Amino acid sequence: MDQIIVQILNGLDKGSAYALIALGLTLIFGTLGVVNFAHGALFMLGSFCAVILSRLLSLSHEVIDETRTDFLGNPMKVDVPYIYEWLGQETGDTIIQWSVPLAILFSIPIMITIGFIMERGLIKHFYKRPHADQILVTFGLAIVLQEIIKYFFGANPIQTPAPPAFTGSLDFGVWLGFDPLSIMYPYWRMVYFVFSVIVICAVFAFLQFTTFGMVVRAGMADRETVGLLGIDIDRRFTLMFGLAAAVAGMAGVMYAPIVAPNYHMGMDFLVLSFVVVVVGGMGSLPGAVAAGFLLGILESFASMPWVVQTLPGINQIIIYLVAIIILLTRPRGLMGRKGVMED
Amino acid sequence: MFGLEKKDARLLLLVATMAMFAPFLLNPFPEGSAMAQFNAGYPDLMQRFVIFGILAIGFNILFGLTGYLSFGHAAFLGVGSYAAIWSMKLVTMNIIPAIILAVIVAGAFALIVGYISLRRSGIYFSILTLAFAQMSYSLAYSVLTPITGGETGLQIKAHDTPLLDRALEAGQIGRANLFGFEMSNSVQLQLGGWEFTFNLGYYIAAIVMLGAFYLAIRIFRSPFGMMLRAVKSNQQRMNYAGLSPKPYTLAAFVISGMYAGLAGGLMVAMDTQVGPERMFWTASGEIVIMVILGGAGTLLGPVLGAGFIKYFENIISKINETILHSWFAFLPDGLEDFVVAMVYPFIGKGWHLTLGIMFMLVVIFLPGGLVQGGQKIAGLFQRRKSADAAKPNATEPAE
Repeated sequence: MDQIIVQILNGLDKGSAYALIALGLTLIFGTLGVVNFAHGALFMLGSFCAVILSRLLSLSHEVIDETRTDFLGNPMKVDVPYIYEWLGQETGDTIIQWSVPLAILFSIPIMITIGFIMERGLIKHFYKRPHADQILVTFGLAIVLQEIIKYFFGANPIQTPAPPAFTGSLDFGVWLGFDPLSIMYPYWRMVYFVFSVIVICAVFAFLQFTTFGMVVRAGMADRETVGLLGIDIDRRFTLMFGLAAAVAGMAGVMYAPIVAPNYHMGMDFLVLSFVVVVVGGMGSLPGAVAAGFLLGILESFASMPWVVQTLPGINQIIIYLVAIIILLTRPRGLMGRKGVMED
Repeated sequence: MFGLEKKDARLLLLVATMAMFAPFLLNPFPEGSAMAQFNAGYPDLMQRFVIFGILAIGFNILFGLTGYLSFGHAAFLGVGSYAAIWSMKLVTMNIIPAIILAVIVAGAFALIVGYISLRRSGIYFSILTLAFAQMSYSLAYSVLTPITGGETGLQIKAHDTPLLDRALEAGQIGRANLFGFEMSNSVQLQLGGWEFTFNLGYYIAAIVMLGAFYLAIRIFRSPFGMMLRAVKSNQQRMNYAGLSPKPYTLAAFVISGMYAGLAGGLMVAMDTQVGPERMFWTASGEIVIMVILGGAGTLLGPVLGAGFIKYFENIISKINETILHSWFAFLPDGLEDFVVAMVYPFIGKGWHLTLGIMFMLVVIFLPGGLVQGGQKIAGLFQRRKSADAAKPNATEPAE
């Protein structure tokens, strides 16, 4: 029993990342009808927002510390972050340690801007072109973004720790009446899961309960009629692209403490999140979320020791296997709408 | 000639001439000169040009004609490579059985993958092929280690004793050969400052590539090729005409899988090693980039694209900051640093950035790839020429 709970918990955080990226992907597909292969790169950019902010916050200058001497007997030069001087050492330290959560606020305007530029500058011109062209041009864009990041930040992963309050693990089993230490769950992964649930709920609430969201949903259902009613649907869809980029970016920011940001993490996640979208049904938001969590949990179940022993290698291929079976048996995916990309 | 139209025969002849004289053409700069680093006429790289050319020609038969975008083509390359190396390990170090086995195994694998994947089209087809390729990669990496050698891959070892070959002396490693002639045999020709290398392996690969190219021309011009174009332009209309697109696309898929297997077999014949990373999905992405960059649906495009990318990968990526500084040394100091700083991100290690930008530009502005670009430029000149020819008749207005 406790084994099963451990696997479910393990699957949740990966599933949250899948769900968040897939949500953005399917949002873009549902509104603009564009297959965005650069979405993984947006996730990666979000991750690097966290890196950039933590570097900005710890930006420092050299100060000569008279009280200490180096090994030659000269007064020692110490790097002091500017933020210590402005806010005092203690507050400064806390802010630097909390740079990852702070980076969410930092990343939202950046990611929306990037998404806006991407849509207006490039993707707008590809609405009428075939899906293959859209895949190709966004694939090219993903390579370009990835190489730019590689140029500035190098090829090595950059460690970005979570705030000290969230390091360590929670003894989850005790809550449920199991032996202590039987179910350990790192705090940050729990935070990630809660965060992603909040973001997903926020996106759904935004679409469901605001006038803007209502228009967008109407546009997804029948773009032409909404246009005939005199609503500028294109502008709203552009904003939705920005929103999808921001969701991917936030997913990336919060993922930075789990996997150290590197330039190719976007490509690694892209393939899987595409599989998630296809399994959930292209253009279906609940489908993407459900499939994301489902596949995340399924993957962690498949990597349980006795499963791997009976079916070797299953943990590596389970997601693809599920995707192939679902694509062949349910042409629309789990929750795809009728008539959307069924062939 | 060879049952080809005049235009196609000329194209084939052009490619054949280029392939045969490649050691000269790719070595335009004398040994030891400052430009010698741009020489691409060494056997290893020339082999890669033609082998990836075969791969791209094969991919073009599927994508260029039917419009089905496969994102998992590297899997067939990998499967072919593994088949070839096992034939070398177990049967004989002669490359002919290895290559034939590679083609057959890759074709059979393509038949299975294609039969399943072709039940869907568009993006779903891309995802399905991608899923199959990633599965093959993961399996080759982990569970199939006894067959694939896992992470380290497979090499020819000293204790491999092929069934049909004469036993080697202890400690010697078998070499890939064609009836006793080893692939690495080379003849060097010294001409003034130039040194040209003629490598047996390269010429075998080049002849195979010409055969593959000839076959591709025949497919492009055949009624079968017309059917494949019909699949791309309008499947519904094809259905109304009483034709099912499925067998045609499946045949195209298998043929292009066999081309990939052929390329994989040749790759093993040249350097007798395989690793699973050959099947990773970015490798499939590279094939896609080659074909699109060169020009999908054209005959010459894929070969050009493959050559272009391999040239960039091996030559341009070696340029470092010092070399750049020596090039721009004639500029004033401040300007030199500025120019180097501006250029450096795009070449050397950053060549992927240039490639990505070029690829995007081609997709946006030149759907026909570099070939279309060349045709446009040529068309521009021709129009100017005809305009010149028309001039004498036009009366010029007096000033």
